[in-house]
Amino acid sequence: MNTERRNLRNGLLFISPWIIGFLFFTIYPLFSSLYYSLTKYNLITEPEFVGLQNYRELLFVDDVFFTVLGNTMYMIFVGLTLTTIVTIFIAILLNTKDIKGMSFFRVVFFIPTLVPFVVLAILWIWILQPDSGVVNSVLGLIGIEGPGWFASPKWAKPGFILMMIWMSGNMILIYLAALGDIPKTLYEAASIDGANVLQKVFHITLPMLRPAILFNGITGMIAIFQSFAEAFIITNGGPDNATLFYSLYLYKNAFQYFNMGYASAMAWILLIIALTMTLIFFRLSKRWE
Amino acid sequence: MKASLPVTNHMETRPDIDPTPEPKKKLKKVNKGFKQLAVYIMLILFASAFVVPFFWLLSGSLKSSSELFANPPVWIPEVFQWSNYKEAFTSFPFLLYFKNTLIIVFFTCVGAVMSNSLIAYGFSRIEWKYRDGVFILVLATLMLPFQVIMVPLFLIFKDIGWIGTFYPLIIPHFFGNPFFIFLLRQFFIGIPKELSESAKMDGASELTIFLRIILPLSKPILATVVIFQFIEAWRDFLGPLIFLSDNRLYTLSLGVQQIMSENDPRWALLMAVGVAMTLPVIIIFFFLQRYFIEGITFTGSKG
Repeated sequence: MNTERRNLRNGLLFISPWIIGFLFFTIYPLFSSLYYSLTKYNLITEPEFVGLQNYRELLFVDDVFFTVLGNTMYMIFVGLTLTTIVTIFIAILLNTKDIKGMSFFRVVFFIPTLVPFVVLAILWIWILQPDSGVVNSVLGLIGIEGPGWFASPKWAKPGFILMMIWMSGNMILIYLAALGDIPKTLYEAASIDGANVLQKVFHITLPMLRPAILFNGITGMIAIFQSFAEAFIITNGGPDNATLFYSLYLYKNAFQYFNMGYASAMAWILLIIALTMTLIFFRLSKRWE
Repeated sequence: MKASLPVTNHMETRPDIDPTPEPKKKLKKVNKGFKQLAVYIMLILFASAFVVPFFWLLSGSLKSSSELFANPPVWIPEVFQWSNYKEAFTSFPFLLYFKNTLIIVFFTCVGAVMSNSLIAYGFSRIEWKYRDGVFILVLATLMLPFQVIMVPLFLIFKDIGWIGTFYPLIIPHFFGNPFFIFLLRQFFIGIPKELSESAKMDGASELTIFLRIILPLSKPILATVVIFQFIEAWRDFLGPLIFLSDNRLYTLSLGVQQIMSENDPRWALLMAVGVAMTLPVIIIFFFLQRYFIEGITFTGSKG
């Protein structure tokens, strides 16, 4: 047997666990979900083929679905944008020359990402308690009457955005690493040309962070599409469907209303949206170059 | 010892650099000191905002129920109610759920290390046709939200009778995880080729090279995989919620959520359990910080 064939055989042997997993836990479910999306299936009776009815219902009949899409897009466009700004800001602060205790701060910003989801829910229910919560009492100290947060349709999503920022330690670390890779000479040259701090941030730092922003943007978006536990435990989609996010509505359709076909159609729409948005992110990032 | 205040630091070093400073330069140095002070103040503000929730959980777990609902809020309980912890461990099958969680965590870690190191070896240390094309497929699965395959996975596991067992939460981890494959592959690529080549000259097979040369050199990155997998399995909620129907198999997360969904849950006890669930991960993090940070920045900067 020649080297090339032996290598092909060995390579495939080594990756064979992935091949098996890919076929059984990714490809097969993916396509069977396409099949189920064309059926009505409640787990008890056999799946009944209904063509595109689930898709038609989702896109043209189900008002809740559009609320859900709107909620999720709000988290991506408003939440992820705010998170990106705050995390880059913190990373720039941490990257300042001669800052002592950097590793301490890094730990502080990272630890929230380790908290189990249920504990996260307990924590934030109490932090954002309208009467006795810590956020509203701090706001009270400076004379602002805090909102109802998770109890208010208007303020529930901003509450989730605060949680999202609190859990963004991964992003901070990635930006910090990317900042460390920016050549110092760029800043020195800009200083000689008389650039101020803001000019340096907008003309050097942000353009140089582009790959990291793209990476965090895409993983952050996927994370928002997948985020489930917090909304399920804290608000269960309420008040007034204000926090009914994509994954939560999909879960409810599948495991509370036992509408497996409908949930599968939602899964495929999710796949198409996620793919499209990933491509858009890549395009935008290319254009910015 | 270095001066801790940046301002004095510059005052001290200034004469060495520039014995006759112009007034403008002096101003610049003072400015720099202010800038640093401003950075510290902002960092401390942000850091406190990040720490307060933990403090709140800890203090809540030691409060009496009247203190818990007090308005204005009580920061430090008057009498520490250690009994909350005692009750939490007795009124709630803590040990059983803890054991279940550990079983799942342990086996997923074993699966993750075994499968991903083999797979990553195949994607990095052996040259074969189509390899890089297939690897792009691996990366593409990173972008696949779990919810897309959740329903059919549930139906498959139901058909083969795995719902209500630990298998759906454990077995898939023996078949690779794109993030870990990527992480390990990056590491394996960095190991000099000559090591494999000289072993091959001596007649070693790929499996021998993998076990005897590559794995022993990869302990740090394997530790990273174990830690990430540990945390992921420890904090997971959706998986156990869907796949574990029998409450004797519940994990800590599910058990806690079940109490929370009761009418009028006992919050102080829940917070005590919350502290008990969070402390182990934080302790692990403190001891193994380096591996976390390397793992994350590694993927981010190469991604």
